[in-house]
Amino acid sequence: MVDLPLLSLLTFLPLLGAFFIFIIRGNEATVARNSKRAALYITVVNFLLAVYMMVNFNPDTADFQFVEKREWFGALGISYHMGIDGISLFLVVLAAFLTPICILASWNSIKTRVKEYMIAFLILETFMIGTFCALDAVLFYIFFEGVLIPMFIIIGVWGGPRRVYSAYKFFLYTLLGSVLMLIALLALYMEAGTSDIPTLMANPVALQMQMWLWLAFFASFAVKMPMWPVHTWLPDAHVEAPTAGSVILAGVLLKMGGYGFLRFSIPMFPEATEFFAPMVYWLSIIAIIYTSLVALVQEDMKKLIAYSSVAHMGFVTLGIFTATTQGVEGGIFQMLSHGVISAALFLCVGVVYDRLHTREISRYGGLVKNMPKYATVFMILMLASVGLPGTSGFVGEFLTLMGAYQVDKVIGVLATTGVVLGAAYMLVLYRRVIFGAQKNEDAAKMGDLVTREYIYLVPLIGLILWLGIAPSYVMDRVAPSAAKLIGQYEAGILDEADGPKEATKIKAAKSEDKGQE
Amino acid sequence: MEIFAVFAPLVGFLFAFLFGKQMGDKGAQAVTCLLLIASAVASCFLFVEVIFGGDGHGAARTIKLMTWFNSGDLAVDWALRVDQLTVVMMCVVTIVSSCVHVYSVGYMSHDACKARFMSYLSLFTFAMLMLVTSDNLVQLFFGWEGVGVASYLLIGFWNHKESANAASIKAFLVNRVGDFGLALGIFSAFMLFGSVEFDTIFEDAERISIENPEMLTITCLLLFMGAMGKSAQLGLHTWLPDAMEGPTPVSALIHAATMVTAGVFLVARMSPVFEFAPIALMVVTVVGGTTAFVAATIGMTQFDIKRVIAYSTMSQLGYMFFALGVSAYGAAIFHLMTHAFFKALLFLGAGSVIHAMSDEQDMRKMGGIWKKIPMTYALMWIGSLALAGIPWFAGYYSKDMILESAFADHSWFGDYAFWMGIAAAIMTAFYSARLIFMTFHGKPRASKEVMDNIHESPPVMLTPLIILAVGAIFSGGIFYQSFVGGAHHESAHADGGRYLAQHASLDPNLVTPHAGDDKHAKVEEDEHHESDEWTKESFWQKSLFVLPENDTVEAAHSVPYWVKKLPIAMGVIGLLLGWLLYNRFPSVPAFFAKIFKPFHVLFFRKWFFDEVYDFLFVKLAHIFGRLFWATDRNVVDGLGPDGVAKTSRGIAGLLSKFQSGYVFQYALIMMIGLIGFVTWFFVKMTFGEG
Repeated sequence: MVDLPLLSLLTFLPLLGAFFIFIIRGNEATVARNSKRAALYITVVNFLLAVYMMVNFNPDTADFQFVEKREWFGALGISYHMGIDGISLFLVVLAAFLTPICILASWNSIKTRVKEYMIAFLILETFMIGTFCALDAVLFYIFFEGVLIPMFIIIGVWGGPRRVYSAYKFFLYTLLGSVLMLIALLALYMEAGTSDIPTLMANPVALQMQMWLWLAFFASFAVKMPMWPVHTWLPDAHVEAPTAGSVILAGVLLKMGGYGFLRFSIPMFPEATEFFAPMVYWLSIIAIIYTSLVALVQEDMKKLIAYSSVAHMGFVTLGIFTATTQGVEGGIFQMLSHGVISAALFLCVGVVYDRLHTREISRYGGLVKNMPKYATVFMILMLASVGLPGTSGFVGEFLTLMGAYQVDKVIGVLATTGVVLGAAYMLVLYRRVIFGAQKNEDAAKMGDLVTREYIYLVPLIGLILWLGIAPSYVMDRVAPSAAKLIGQYEAGILDEADGPKEATKIKAAKSEDKGQE
Repeated sequence: MEIFAVFAPLVGFLFAFLFGKQMGDKGAQAVTCLLLIASAVASCFLFVEVIFGGDGHGAARTIKLMTWFNSGDLAVDWALRVDQLTVVMMCVVTIVSSCVHVYSVGYMSHDACKARFMSYLSLFTFAMLMLVTSDNLVQLFFGWEGVGVASYLLIGFWNHKESANAASIKAFLVNRVGDFGLALGIFSAFMLFGSVEFDTIFEDAERISIENPEMLTITCLLLFMGAMGKSAQLGLHTWLPDAMEGPTPVSALIHAATMVTAGVFLVARMSPVFEFAPIALMVVTVVGGTTAFVAATIGMTQFDIKRVIAYSTMSQLGYMFFALGVSAYGAAIFHLMTHAFFKALLFLGAGSVIHAMSDEQDMRKMGGIWKKIPMTYALMWIGSLALAGIPWFAGYYSKDMILESAFADHSWFGDYAFWMGIAAAIMTAFYSARLIFMTFHGKPRASKEVMDNIHESPPVMLTPLIILAVGAIFSGGIFYQSFVGGAHHESAHADGGRYLAQHASLDPNLVTPHAGDDKHAKVEEDEHHESDEWTKESFWQKSLFVLPENDTVEAAHSVPYWVKKLPIAMGVIGLLLGWLLYNRFPSVPAFFAKIFKPFHVLFFRKWFFDEVYDFLFVKLAHIFGRLFWATDRNVVDGLGPDGVAKTSRGIAGLLSKFQSGYVFQYALIMMIGLIGFVTWFFVKMTFGEG
């Protein structure tokens, strides 16, 4: 086990697979069939590898595990450094879990350029897993940015009618955030002389620098999250992306922002985090309330779920930046839970979209009659999305809100209104799509779920219930890393408490004097 | 035993839900009914064991099933806490639920989705049992939301009806508003006590009440907000009448007997905390009293038979709450139990009427049918008399006890609740009589086909009714002594003797231990003869907690004579009035309605809660939603990507050498944003820290 470079294998196996698919030759139908199969096998194997890793993960330590470290640009202090802890473990598993599901979901709905589509997805998987495993800032940046390219292509080539606009919007939004991050990374590297993430975590930079770097990183992660008001790319990207694209986007890509906050912002810039936390709280609350209300009036199913994602990510940022045990663990859990639930919801939309080729809510109605099983599946997902106890949605939401309430009661109360608003738009969506009279003939003729759809929906539902009823498997593995993170954060604040803070106090005192004069 | 009692309904749900097709309707009905009856029997055994076990001190216990989640200091378990309060609730829930299950076999015989209906009923029962057996606030929240979902599913069971869908969403959302309060209550309890487990919270309540009384009060008020939502107290009640869109067995089980009493249970369960928050208790009393009154006024004017009973339920819940507010927890739970029997009876009886009348619910289209369905008629009388508080029916004991306790509280809010309760009592009797006379007497007002079709319900529907009727008659007298019976005054006030069971002061007028066919009733009776020490203290043990100076139930035994007799007088007068107005002189009500038109309109339109809420919340939410969405498209995108794209197209002409106008403009906007941030940050750095 020790000898096996597990993380590298996990990361680069899909890339290898992509290469194999690339060299598949033959007539179009054969290529399509073979590349689909190959992609499925490779991603399933990769998922099994991820499970193997999860089982062998040592839950008692907060240290990085499965570490690989090789010289890369030795002279520059940049190395190929991979490793995971409790925070990234389940994100890796999530990415490896959702990719085969995406391949299955695209089985019949993608008809053109199948080979290229599969290659794009496999490359995407490489970058996603790499992002969560990288322990070197430069390596991280490569993976983090790399994700953009296949995603941009997936939306732009296989998307809906406005795909080009959406793809550019997505690309530019995220890229601009990333440019600032790149500058910040360079600055950080200059300052610390290394790009090794664990080293950087252990040695926070000076206060002034922290503020700047925090802002630059924030610009990038906030777009990825996405936080209000830089969220508008998300609804467009979701609407135009193919189903599988939405699944990955909501399921994994959005989590990269939260992961970035946990890996960079909080441990490396603790004081800046403390300083900016109130701003993050308020942005989160605006995200929760504002986007919930916007979701309420949507006419497009995917747009509605996209807006709900922004609201749910609001809980994540809120929880993470409380830097309380419940808040951070809840935030991490909420990311995982949202990854599963929103992925499943987008797949659910995909099911009816494949049949009727419209996402407009009013074109459906009364589906419970001709698609009772679909109605049941959708019901469970809807309840999970509103955070019903017993589903995974509850644990994350509850813990983040508990964390927020401890830090500031007003924040906690405002954020908790999201519980009511979130229920409102999901119930209305469900009622309009599933219940009521059957107004549209073509919608009334749609057939119920087929086996292939079961294969990818049932495991997701099983996971949602498992995470809801017995989340301790995950929580126990997350806890040590979360505790370490909070420890670093608190130590960071204390360290400087008698340094620069004194200075600011003096400054403040001086300015007061001036005011008095 | 407790594991079986709680999880049997879950098994029933899973079987009926997943394999409903394979088992067929009959199979699903048999499985769910049998498992629930088994669960009821197990609950009765538990009742005996917990109340009488442990050498007469009770055998309360907690069984940990598994860890749910841990996060730092927060530890949440799946556990079953079985104490005296729990077993009472378990018995009420499972017995009523069994009756409703069996009844549904008959009532839903024409429906296409029988298996689904039965499975939802079982799911509800499971969630309710999880709620009452919880040993911490979070599991309670699980049950709390679980019953909410089951209620949502069942109200909207006929999901082709738009009105049913609207009602189910309304129920869920209004309840969520309550849950919002409950969740915040849990957070603040965790902050105060560092735990969500009941035992820890109860132990520390007294200490916290000294250290941080304000927070304790706020915590209690937040928890009470949750209770208000679930128990349809004034302000968060609008969902309950609409919930009558669901099939009638649902109304009986969920919206009369069990789920709506969850709020009462919550406050009673948290009595060791509420006792130390007098302001919270005051609020509970006032809200309860007002609800009892307002709901009764509306109940007098409605024409839908189920809505009359729904408002009556709301009013009776108001009684329970002001009982809680004056620390008469035993009395509240007592009324909860008797109410469960007679109100489920009334609802199922109404269902029987609706069934007979070919699904007609409007009382204006009934009348003159009592001879055709004599059994239902008699059972409805029993339910109504119990509701009106006529002596020796169950409601008489519990309602009297509540009113006397409110009087005995000797506070302004106790008096307020007392008089509100007295006013509500006369109205209760009045609308009960009105319901009976409008429905069963007078000239037939239904069409001829309907009248020809009237038939008595089959035995499968009547048997559960009879069982409930037995409860509605006898449960009051039998349990009076144990639920609210008094001890000697000297001993109750002896130092530290809070839980001490002393000699019972048997009031010969009130205790009428007639042999019922209820199983634990016999045991109870035996106990009476064996020792005279059976009092509320020895019954409840530590599951309810009352400070000695707040013990209004105790004081209620020595209130003035007129206070004891006034409720009965009110009941009788109300019934007579109803008889006069709706049987002897049926033209008079319309005349009254004309004279007191403003009042009638106010009551008939339910005090305009729905209209105001619809405007305040539903309309405004949509307006803001549209506004924000427009903001997204015009302002955020307009300033951001789209505007940039537009300007850049213009500028691109000028700066044709600059290939990617997009990125450039973007960077500019970002820079401006950053400069804004940084300025703010420096300003704050300079002035904000001091």
